[in-house]
Amino acid sequence: MTSLAYTFADSATMLRRNLKHQLRYPSLTLMLAGFPIVFLLLFVYVFGGQLGSGLGGHGAGGRDAYLTYVVPGILIITVASAALGTAISVASDMTGGIIDRFRTMAISRGAVLTGHVIGSLLQTLAVLVLVAGVSLAIGFRSNASPLEWLAAAGMLALFAFALIWLSAALGLAAKSVETASNTPMFLTLLPFLSSGFVATATMPAGLRQFAQYEPFTPVTQTVRGLLTGGPIGAQAIAAIAWSAGIALASYLWAVRLYNRRRAAEPN
Amino acid sequence: MTITLTAPAISTRAVRKSFGEHIVLDGVDLTVAEGTIFALLGPNGAGKTTMVRILSTLIPADGGDIWVGGHDVVTDPDAVRALIGVTGQFSAVDNLLTGEENLRLMADLRHLGRQAGDRRVAELLERFDLTGAARKPLSTYSGGMRRRLDLAMTLVGNPSVIFLDEPTTGLDPRSRRTMWQIIRELATDGVTIFLTTQYLNEADQLADYVAVLDHGLIVAEGTPAELKRRIPGGHIQLQFADPDALRAAVSMIPNATPDEDQLILQVPGDGSVASLRRVLDELDDARITVEHLSIHMPDLDDVFFAVTGHATTEAAARQEEEALQL
Repeated sequence: MTSLAYTFADSATMLRRNLKHQLRYPSLTLMLAGFPIVFLLLFVYVFGGQLGSGLGGHGAGGRDAYLTYVVPGILIITVASAALGTAISVASDMTGGIIDRFRTMAISRGAVLTGHVIGSLLQTLAVLVLVAGVSLAIGFRSNASPLEWLAAAGMLALFAFALIWLSAALGLAAKSVETASNTPMFLTLLPFLSSGFVATATMPAGLRQFAQYEPFTPVTQTVRGLLTGGPIGAQAIAAIAWSAGIALASYLWAVRLYNRRRAAEPN
Repeated sequence: MTITLTAPAISTRAVRKSFGEHIVLDGVDLTVAEGTIFALLGPNGAGKTTMVRILSTLIPADGGDIWVGGHDVVTDPDAVRALIGVTGQFSAVDNLLTGEENLRLMADLRHLGRQAGDRRVAELLERFDLTGAARKPLSTYSGGMRRRLDLAMTLVGNPSVIFLDEPTTGLDPRSRRTMWQIIRELATDGVTIFLTTQYLNEADQLADYVAVLDHGLIVAEGTPAELKRRIPGGHIQLQFADPDALRAAVSMIPNATPDEDQLILQVPGDGSVASLRRVLDELDDARITVEHLSIHMPDLDDVFFAVTGHATTEAAARQEEEALQL
């Protein structure tokens, strides 16, 4: 086999390992899905009636209109909260003994991280399907064509890929599993400071500028445009640029942290 | 006639390593011949684990030359990794998988292929007496089973050099003997074994060659027999009923050290039955009665005292503690 074939084989082995972990201990996956579902129900049934009346240009207003408005935001927060799992699983791997064994074997560089990232991506997609299913079950209706659904899924997957690499890097930077489960928490806050739950135009100046320019807003607007109609335009380009930028920077950071850890003091 | 020169399996020259201000290894030279069992003996904190981590490519040394299996650890770590197997002091198993899945993971990472991998996994489960527990999660494994699985994982790729960092620390006597047996079998198959231990007894039982590490330096090395000859610690202790008997015994046995107050005579010896019988026969012939007899075998503390002039850190700490209690 060539070295490229080895890279694929080793990454696939590590991916299988991570998927086995997920299947054997599904509680983490369920917890990652539970969080956005609770938010979905909370925002639609508790706040939705009032928030929906404040929406301009989204049909009749009220709870149904807010459901249509908030589902893209919920899908984005799903991506953000699912990414938290990566930091936890990477950190628990790094603090365990098995990683030292991997490092004394001739395994392709990066296979361990690739296994985690692809594993988390598949986990996130499964959670997204679950959350989308609940959204449809409580009445969310989309006028999107199959191609638009596919494009929305692609956008979510790309953004998830970026946040998962960021979370992997945060997991590597953490000294303990506890720290790793806390540091990426800001990712679940950012969707609230975007157009995910209310229109940015209703926010006070300062916060409004932040919300308009932070990465979660263009991604939300792109997914919203694809699923429920409405303008996308430059938002898609910004969304893709942000995702690619976060993915690349986080990837480089993660690989650097991973390679540097081998110089660490024992114990 | 042809002369085949075999390169040593492991050789190091002037290996140095510090963590911050703390010097852990201060110029270590080692040579391990192919197919032999080498024991690095030393107390906790001597630098044994650091040496293993450097030799197994886990951490870089600050300086020195290190060759494993003919490859430079610094410039060609992957070639070294392809040859070695490492079982560390702390279990390096995947706790979320079963025993069989752990072995399968190693087989996949060694690129054995499906059929060869299945064969190797089944073979190792059998050999390490883990077949019954193969499909059970590791949470149900005992300490001895985990250690066996750990070593089995190390062996999946048929490594030619194996590092074992304190392979029997924390094991009960029966598991320890099982582990010794496994290590001997590996050596019989021609595998080079580099093990670290705190127990002279273990080095004595297993190793062809022993090096004693203290404060980052090799302070003594040789075969177990050579090392033990340097230790004055082995002796028979004879207790007599009265001073006359003690004096009579002193006049008969050369090199013996009497303790007049306690009526004790220390006779240097290797603890063998033959030497014991000789001493007792001589005393018996002279009609000298021995009240009580005890045999003192040299241990790591004796080796340390003999080669470094100071006790092991643990022994020193123990003595200090005892002194405080008095």
